[in-house]
Amino acid sequence: MWDYVKLVVYGVIAVLAAIGANYAHDLAYQVNAIVVMLAAAIAFVWELRHAGEVQAHPQDEYFDSVVRAGVIATTFWGVVGFLVGVVIAFQLAFPSLNLGNITDGVLNFGRLRPLHTSAVIFAFGGNALIMSAFYIVQRTSGARLWGGNLGWFVFWGWQLMIVLAATSYLTGGTQGKEYAETVWYIDIWLTVVWVAFLIVFVGTLVKRKEPHIYVANWFLLSMIITVAMLHLVNNMAIPVSLFSSQSVPVFSGVQDAMTQWWYGHNAVGFFLTAGFLGMMYYFVPKQAERPVYSYKLSIIHFWALIFLYIWAGPHHLHYTALPEWASTLGMVMSIILWMPSWGGMINGLMTLSGAWDKLRTDPVIRMMVISLGFYGMSTFEGPMMSIKSVNSLSHYTDWTIGHVHSGALGWNGMITFGALYFLTPRLWNRESLYSLKLVSWHFWLATIGIILYASSMWVTGIMEGLMWREVDANGFLVNAFADTVAAKFPMYVVRGTGGLMYLTGGMLMAYNLWMTVRAQPSKAVVNANNAVPAE
Amino acid sequence: MCAKQVKKAEKEVQTTGHSWDGIEEYDNPMPRWWVWVFYACIVWGIGYSIAYPAWPLIHGATQGLLGPTLRTEVVAEIARFDEANAPIKAKLNAADLASIPGNDELKTYAISAGASVFKNNCAQCHGSGAAGVQGKGYPNLLDNDWLWGGDMEAIHTTIAHGIRNTTDGDARYSQMPSFGKDGILEKAQIDDVVEHVLQISGQDHDAAMAEAGATVFAENCAACHGDAGMGNRDFGAPNLTDAIWLYGGDRKTLVQTVTYSRFGVMPAWNVRLSEDEIRSVATYVHSLGGGE
Repeated sequence: MWDYVKLVVYGVIAVLAAIGANYAHDLAYQVNAIVVMLAAAIAFVWELRHAGEVQAHPQDEYFDSVVRAGVIATTFWGVVGFLVGVVIAFQLAFPSLNLGNITDGVLNFGRLRPLHTSAVIFAFGGNALIMSAFYIVQRTSGARLWGGNLGWFVFWGWQLMIVLAATSYLTGGTQGKEYAETVWYIDIWLTVVWVAFLIVFVGTLVKRKEPHIYVANWFLLSMIITVAMLHLVNNMAIPVSLFSSQSVPVFSGVQDAMTQWWYGHNAVGFFLTAGFLGMMYYFVPKQAERPVYSYKLSIIHFWALIFLYIWAGPHHLHYTALPEWASTLGMVMSIILWMPSWGGMINGLMTLSGAWDKLRTDPVIRMMVISLGFYGMSTFEGPMMSIKSVNSLSHYTDWTIGHVHSGALGWNGMITFGALYFLTPRLWNRESLYSLKLVSWHFWLATIGIILYASSMWVTGIMEGLMWREVDANGFLVNAFADTVAAKFPMYVVRGTGGLMYLTGGMLMAYNLWMTVRAQPSKAVVNANNAVPAE
Repeated sequence: MCAKQVKKAEKEVQTTGHSWDGIEEYDNPMPRWWVWVFYACIVWGIGYSIAYPAWPLIHGATQGLLGPTLRTEVVAEIARFDEANAPIKAKLNAADLASIPGNDELKTYAISAGASVFKNNCAQCHGSGAAGVQGKGYPNLLDNDWLWGGDMEAIHTTIAHGIRNTTDGDARYSQMPSFGKDGILEKAQIDDVVEHVLQISGQDHDAAMAEAGATVFAENCAACHGDAGMGNRDFGAPNLTDAIWLYGGDRKTLVQTVTYSRFGVMPAWNVRLSEDEIRSVATYVHSLGGGE
């Protein structure tokens, strides 16, 4: 019966999507409708071939197949996202790489840039968060993931969102909001998937066998709830037509800008900070085999972090139409946020502090330490850049890009790599990683890549900030914008090179993980997968 | 040092007693320096938000003991320079245009101001070095080939009112017919006249066609471009005998130009720039090499 319902639903979606493609007002909508039609058709055929099969959800085992899929997706989208990043980095240095004459603008920087940011944040980072959340919440609750196949719905729903977003960006669909470029119907779909994620996560927490909820889960839950709120408010818009990707935002002017940066800053704060701190709080003590340094610190910095982060958005709009009081508050909250952010770094590093010797032998630990180092550096740099007078120099310059990447490549990337190296042997029940030497290579390529990236962006950022504000004795601006672009060229090449090293590291990781699954002997222990609650 | 402390702490500090998947938590106190820096930031934050506009009220917001700074600082800086430059601006506006390049005081100021105006308003089309974009219709301002005239008066008029725009009644205006598109000339005639233009500009050409083209040129083009094709500044008609081309002087481009014509537009700057700024940038352009 249930199978028939599913078949009918998939069939109806495929037909409706085909109709949508036919009536589409714009290319992005048409392409997206065709993607949905294909996805529904594939689901229909899959369902047809597997009708009558019952997928077992034994309650004494962890639901790890969806986590395995998440590991694969994280690795895959990571490499894709880094690759697009390298391409657009070199497009800035060599504009002919836009290939405008050949591709009619499809591969322009303007379209590839949101493809890069969405691929690394939502595809790489999002998959990393979802799969770690699924893994961590099961282990630390001693319970199988709640909701049966709902876990699979979250996984595939998220991948569909990514493909829809990517194809719409390339064909010109965008809301024009940074990190919220996805058009209205993708936003709705993302909401559905995200709520399913929340339900699975909370459902698992509710049926946990542990008396207390582990700190990693606080961070992950705060991430899920806050991102839902941010996403809903920032994407409030009225579609122009049912068959168009265009929509009109509900807010306008400076209110819209403020809403966007309230969203944008907290996407960083909750998606890339709180969520990844959740990962850190599980994978670091596990890999180091050490207790977390301070329970008290974890409580205080958690609540301080989530209370303060939400106010800091206005620092993205210093010296704009934003009222000055909002600017001041955003700056003050950002400065006060410094220590709560560092709480996570202290707790992570001090957890490792009894196991420093492992830095010599375990490149995975090394990766986690460096990620905490970059986390600490960028959460110091961020409050500093939020200071109005610093911001008047740094805003709109490449310094901002460097700041984001020292956080994203250093913190989010490295902790995710650590998690992937931790998870792969365990999820596929392998004795060890294929090659620790390759992990070391990955570590050094990524670390040097980040250093090249961040330092070149500091140099160009400060240089162009100074060039923009340079005036002569009569108060006249000395440089044209194009002069700064020309001056930045060498640093753009250095940045692209750093990105290329980071991408190479990512590909080494993909190969290493692949070979771990393919070539490493299985572990003898059979019940490793059992949901055994700890005391 | 840290490692030693923790090893010491290990013996004394208890865990909280819970274990999740093998993870335990020490009951360590928060690092004192962390707590004190956190407090210090909060105290500083309170102080800062009293000093500057911060807290929203029902109507407006608190203005702070030291008052707003975001806009006032830049406004004050602009006012300071405006005040300092006021006397020389007045002199510049009062001076006879043609005399400015000869007046060292005015020229020095005007070139400094004009370079800044140029780089922020003109460079987008004419390039930050003022060399234009060859073949795209953005004229090079460094040479002495002028479409509408290269003395101070002519440059000033062009900048102030622009070319072929719809916003300024005094904009310079002329329109080359679309000889092919509007059916004024046959395809063969266009090919002929293009050969003629290639001939007078000293390029490779088909002599027979160029001969036929000469008649077409005399009947259709000479009115604006002159009998010899030397151009006419009254119509902004380019000189066709030199090697300087606005859109390109090769055969294919010339056929395109004659068939569809060209209609380069420049905005009127008197609505965006003040008179002293226009005079400054005119002086700057005049000084680039081709000023007459």
